[in-house]
Amino acid sequence: MARLEIESEVTGNVWKVEVQAGARVDAGDVLMILESMKMEIPVEAPEAGRVSELRVAEEDAVEEDQVIAILET
Amino acid sequence: MFSRVFIANRAAVARRVVRACTHLGIESVAAYADIDRAAPHLAEASATARLPGYLAADTYLNGGKLIEMARQTGCDALHPGWGFLAENAAFARGTVEAGLGFIGPDPQWIERLGDKTRSRAVMAEAGFPVHRGSDVLDNLDVAIHAARNTGFPVLLKPVAGGGGIGMIRVDTEAELAGAFATARAQALHAFGDDRVYLETCLPKPRHIEFQVIGDGEMSIGVLERECSVQRRHQKVIEEAPAPGLDRTRLAEIEAAAASGLTGYDSLGTVETLYADGRFGFLEVNTRLQVEHGVTEEITGIDLVEAQIRIAAGAKLADALPCVPEPQGHAVQARIYAEDPRRMLPSTGHLTVYRPPRMTGVRVESGYAEGQWVTPYFDPLLAKVIGTGATREQAIGRTLVAVKAFDIRGLDTNQALLERTLGSEPFIAGRLHTGLLDDLL
Repeated sequence: MARLEIESEVTGNVWKVEVQAGARVDAGDVLMILESMKMEIPVEAPEAGRVSELRVAEEDAVEEDQVIAILET
Repeated sequence: MFSRVFIANRAAVARRVVRACTHLGIESVAAYADIDRAAPHLAEASATARLPGYLAADTYLNGGKLIEMARQTGCDALHPGWGFLAENAAFARGTVEAGLGFIGPDPQWIERLGDKTRSRAVMAEAGFPVHRGSDVLDNLDVAIHAARNTGFPVLLKPVAGGGGIGMIRVDTEAELAGAFATARAQALHAFGDDRVYLETCLPKPRHIEFQVIGDGEMSIGVLERECSVQRRHQKVIEEAPAPGLDRTRLAEIEAAAASGLTGYDSLGTVETLYADGRFGFLEVNTRLQVEHGVTEEITGIDLVEAQIRIAAGAKLADALPCVPEPQGHAVQARIYAEDPRRMLPSTGHLTVYRPPRMTGVRVESGYAEGQWVTPYFDPLLAKVIGTGATREQAIGRTLVAVKAFDIRGLDTNQALLERTLGSEPFIAGRLHTGLLDDLL
């Protein structure tokens, strides 16, 4: 079992969290949607697995490369 | 004429309005959020007014505060710029009720034309061509019925929307239920109104729009702009005139646009999609457009000054120096703060920012060296407008200027602009809204 750190690709804020901690996801499932410069940026699961941790909540500010969720695969 | 104009906006448009006010011999007051305190137009305006807070909602979207500050700073008019509250009827009404001139149309026009299904009906009534589409979709059954009638693929669009935000393409009936729910949620998030409608999704259309100006009695067309080079429905390269089209047909559509806006009392733009030799209505923007500069370059008309004069009560004969006739060609490239590989917004510190100074090149930008580009606002850094006797010369001048624009500290789309301006389909005028994606 591997532990993947999901990082934000942009500086911005969290618009919508689409999964709950503990949820099973498939590769390509949208975990959350970030917002920066009036653009919406979906964060997808790179592999199938279980979201063991959500490190941000809706409306939180995020920095580029900040870890926002942990995926166990 | 007004004596002092409050500018309820930021960056390039705020700077453009300051310049127009100064040229008209009237004062301007620039509103600014702390994050914009180093913006160059603050030094160019007559006075400034600080907006507390960081988020757009607390600053440039805070209508009540903006109107209050306009009054406190002794202004007799307010310019909303573009974006933010520019097409918000309640804000326009609040401005007027506070005893200030609103530099835009009567609020009733914003209401009538901001609702996309209503504006389409207004224009169709005036004989403007429309593509196949629906009225407001009340529920999924109505949506399915409308999609079958229109024929797949269709585009779901927010009724209160604009600028291509929140549109979803649906290719099959099986996708419709999910897309309909998503489209409503997105519309509610972006515009505070979950109503959606649908239109036929045209294959490789061109986006061509018609500039209209009215004084409340008479409306006339001020030529067209070609805006097909887009990314995510956001315009990237615009030009005027539209290349390779029959000028007689363009003049007919321009006249229909002006006729649909009879009684309109400001600058407005009728956007169309053009495919298979046919124009069809898209939406009306009841404000100054980001790409107004290309029209100014080929007509010699200062659209912002005309807009201010008309808001102050002038008639077209006084607000426009001449009958609009196209002379030469102008191309505008938008420089965005955008990671060129992943196409994501790029924030950061403008450690170097040196716009080019060249013959036949106009640069519109609200940024200066040393400023921060933040995630709070849109990614437009600058517009580079090249004008020439021919389209070839205008493209060349734009390309040379984009290349010479020295910007460091964050990523920009300059390399993509250079590639597009130098590409065979762009140079040959084979334009459509998917052109940029094809080049990636």
